[in-house]
Amino acid sequence: MDLSLSTRNVSGAGGDRTVVEVGGEIDVYTAPKLREQLVELVNDGSYHLVVDMEGVDFLDSTGLGVLVGGLKRVRAHEGSLRLVCNQERILKIFRITGLTKVFPIHTSVDEAVNAVD
Amino acid sequence: MAIVELRFSAQPEHVRTARLVAAAVARRAGVDEAVLDEVRLAVGEACSRAVGLHRSNDVTTPIRVVLTEEEKTFSIEVGDEVPGAGVAAADAAGVPGARAAAPAEEFDDADGEDEMGLAVIRGLVDDVEVSAGEDGGTIRMSWPVSSADVLS
Repeated sequence: MDLSLSTRNVSGAGGDRTVVEVGGEIDVYTAPKLREQLVELVNDGSYHLVVDMEGVDFLDSTGLGVLVGGLKRVRAHEGSLRLVCNQERILKIFRITGLTKVFPIHTSVDEAVNAVD
Repeated sequence: MAIVELRFSAQPEHVRTARLVAAAVARRAGVDEAVLDEVRLAVGEACSRAVGLHRSNDVTTPIRVVLTEEEKTFSIEVGDEVPGAGVAAADAAGVPGARAAAPAEEFDDADGEDEMGLAVIRGLVDDVEVSAGEDGGTIRMSWPVSSADVLS
């Protein structure tokens, strides 16, 4: 399965948020598409991102690298990058790499959109 | 002992094929269903790393994946043909989590993916060997297979 991406703007408790809905497999082949999407959003001035991973079937370290790269970019603009994920198989990858300490991980898009630091 | 061997050109799109084949063979070998996700991820990480090494070193030969089914274990060997590449890998693999402990600012999109991939493999697989030689490096991983008879 290939990667699917869609974005929408949502108004949350802390201000405007851009939700990036990701579906399919994020691996060494598809991760560059996600990277392009995140770079484009930041270049267009969207600094508060919520990446919805509920439709993701597979994630590897290449995908983690892209998310970390995205986080770095939004932080340069005092932005935020929050993840939405409830799938144990995906959460496990964040845990074994210690990235649960780096990313705020939420159980729903609603919760992530309304989260305030 | 039965084997399945796969060779593919160092192109990112073929890594998924390697994952699918490895998971299918592992399932048939009797690897626990709950562990198949780990097999899929680990072989994907090893292949992604090999693809990256071949491409960055302009090595045009294929990546080799050997899936071996033995009585009590199922093992996967992923071999690259980049001389000495595994040396740094073996060092990195000796300190799993080192990359994960680094602050996020030290990561970048491309930098450190190699080490992060190895950290993931180390975190997932109990039995891993990373070796390097004149002809290239090898990552060998193995999992136990269930004692129940496997239908053939």
